Amino acid sequence: MPDVATNLQRVHPDRSHPERTVVARFEICYRRYLDADGNTADGLPPLARDADRLRALYRAMTLTRLFDKRAVAMQRIGQIGTYASSLGQEAVPVGVAAAMAQNDVLLPTYRDQGAMLWRGVTPAQLLLSWGGDERGNQHWGPAEDFPPAIPIASQAPHAVGVATAIKLRGEHRAAVCMLGDGATSKGDFYEALNLAGVWSLPVLFVVTNNQWAISLPRASQSAAETLAQKAIAGGVPAEQVDGNDVLAVHQAATEALERARSGLGASLIEALTYRLSDHTTADDASRYRSTEEVSAHWPAEPLTRLRAYLGRLGWWSKADEEALLKDCERIVEEGRAAYLAMPADHPTAMFDHLFATLPRSLAVQRRRFEENGHG
Amino acid sequence: MAELTMVGAVTMALARAMEDDPRVVLLGEDVGADGGVFRATDGLLARFGRDRVLDTPLAELLISGVCVGLAAQGFRPVGEIQFMGFLYPAFDQLVNHASRLRNRSRGRLSCPMVLRAPMGAGIHAPEHHSESTEAMLAHIPGLRTVIPSSPRRAYGLLLAAIRDPDPVVFLEPSRLYRALREEVADDGQALPLDTCFRLREGRDVTLVAWGAMVKEALAAADDLAAEGVLAEVIDVATLAPLDMDTILASVAKTGRCVIIHEAPLTGGFGAEIAARLAGQGLMSLMAPVERVTAPDVVVPLARLEGHYIPSRTHIEEAARRAVGYA
Repeated sequence: MPDVATNLQRVHPDRSHPERTVVARFEICYRRYLDADGNTADGLPPLARDADRLRALYRAMTLTRLFDKRAVAMQRIGQIGTYASSLGQEAVPVGVAAAMAQNDVLLPTYRDQGAMLWRGVTPAQLLLSWGGDERGNQHWGPAEDFPPAIPIASQAPHAVGVATAIKLRGEHRAAVCMLGDGATSKGDFYEALNLAGVWSLPVLFVVTNNQWAISLPRASQSAAETLAQKAIAGGVPAEQVDGNDVLAVHQAATEALERARSGLGASLIEALTYRLSDHTTADDASRYRSTEEVSAHWPAEPLTRLRAYLGRLGWWSKADEEALLKDCERIVEEGRAAYLAMPADHPTAMFDHLFATLPRSLAVQRRRFEENGHG
Repeated sequence: MAELTMVGAVTMALARAMEDDPRVVLLGEDVGADGGVFRATDGLLARFGRDRVLDTPLAELLISGVCVGLAAQGFRPVGEIQFMGFLYPAFDQLVNHASRLRNRSRGRLSCPMVLRAPMGAGIHAPEHHSESTEAMLAHIPGLRTVIPSSPRRAYGLLLAAIRDPDPVVFLEPSRLYRALREEVADDGQALPLDTCFRLREGRDVTLVAWGAMVKEALAAADDLAAEGVLAEVIDVATLAPLDMDTILASVAKTGRCVIIHEAPLTGGFGAEIAARLAGQGLMSLMAPVERVTAPDVVVPLARLEGHYIPSRTHIEEAARRAVGYA
């Protein structure tokens, strides 16, 4: 393994040599308004003074967490398939989605349930997808949003394609591409960022850095000091935010989306958070990280600090909390019941959505499929 | 009516599609001022402007992925990959997204895109510029794989591909780009995407080919006719979805079949046609199905490529074997 510091020293220009001049400089800023205890920094954004809006975000984060817990439980008893929990990182998808306009286009990962729920996808639809039914991706609130991309970073080129469409039509909206830290190791990510920069596209890349790409820790993924700075290479402005501070996520996304919609081009936000769960229900994180490490990250999780902030301002009470939990439980339970009540699709459905019109040769296979009793 | 080369017919089809439908945009490496490495997009930037002809950075995965995003937004993107050997980074997008976006969203989103790439050997190009890996593409459900073999069919099939509501990979045999001219009417008439073309009627043997090998098959049919062997020539053209009916009907008449492709033997698309003949046309067959293909080797560089590409002589020998089979 190369020594990072040594590498950097070797290539950094020696200022004592007059034949060498610095031709590019960059810096990455880190933004946080709310610390883990709910204490505030100066320069709070408008959202911090909007009680109704903040409560809505808190509700969305709580719903995401309870949905998550139920989905994991359902997987354990075989009611859905493998599930990827977003425990501990709810502030990122919720904060970003809350900054989006309804006609912006979301290109989520499979761990962005919080954003999808915010934008109108129902718990039943999410469970349908995780339960192995394509219809879960069918009837969404925001009709242009993409279904979650399963291959890592493959949605990044789609996002710049969507942003190209938006730009060509001269529309004032943007594409939002969600990514994980692992995605920043992939070529698709760089290729998309590069185009977003050079075509000045209305797209926001959000890297949810939860510190782990399954078992590979952040330190083993990249020698770069920040993942945000990878955007600088593509000429795309970037910043780091505390991803457990929904105010910071929301404000950074709001500013980036305003720039995108007003024709000022792409941005990237690296949101620092921590994956408190296993990678998926098929994973056992104890094989590669200690319980001490996980426990050490619990105090920074995003719900507690927002609740503390709301409570301090008198905007949230114990009764509010109890009512919210009850309400979220009800929503999740209704989603579970609706999902379980939905029978599997007819087997011939696997033919019927492949093409706009079933080609003749495939119609023959479909007929045989039905005749053979598969249908 | 203009006498056009195949590459000229491609340009004319692109222009026609762009004229007819403002949703059609072209993107790729050097497709703008340069007009593409084979000049397939020559003049289109000047005619349609920078919002319709987009020069992309050098990134094939990106080009295919941007097409998916544009298509999902209702555009009709036509991406160009400079050579089939550089298409492989795009496979992730073709297999995982373009071909299944409609299915995985149950019709909520769709992907009406075309990815064009020159294919095949015989132009003395550097390494990786002479691939024939169409079978890999034809294996992908939800994707159409189309290969024209003449200027007229290039025009009509490309129009059909661009108008089709689903993704199409359109492979243009580079050896044919300027090999022949024919009159092509700019009539906006598309050709069907699920029908083989019977190019020559015959009685004794069916020659099944696509792309550049169609030319060799037609030449072989000429030679065979001089010997009194009347060969029927079928241009498969739309490999996936495959029109087996036309091939089966021909073999029902001739009883003999030679399948010709430039790609290597094993797992080549000829294997699929041979298997279907065995399954659905066995009673028609009076001789074993012959396959004339490249051997299972890496396509050689220029000095040996002439030995690699199946020749009309190979086709004629196979046809004679089939006809002479007792």
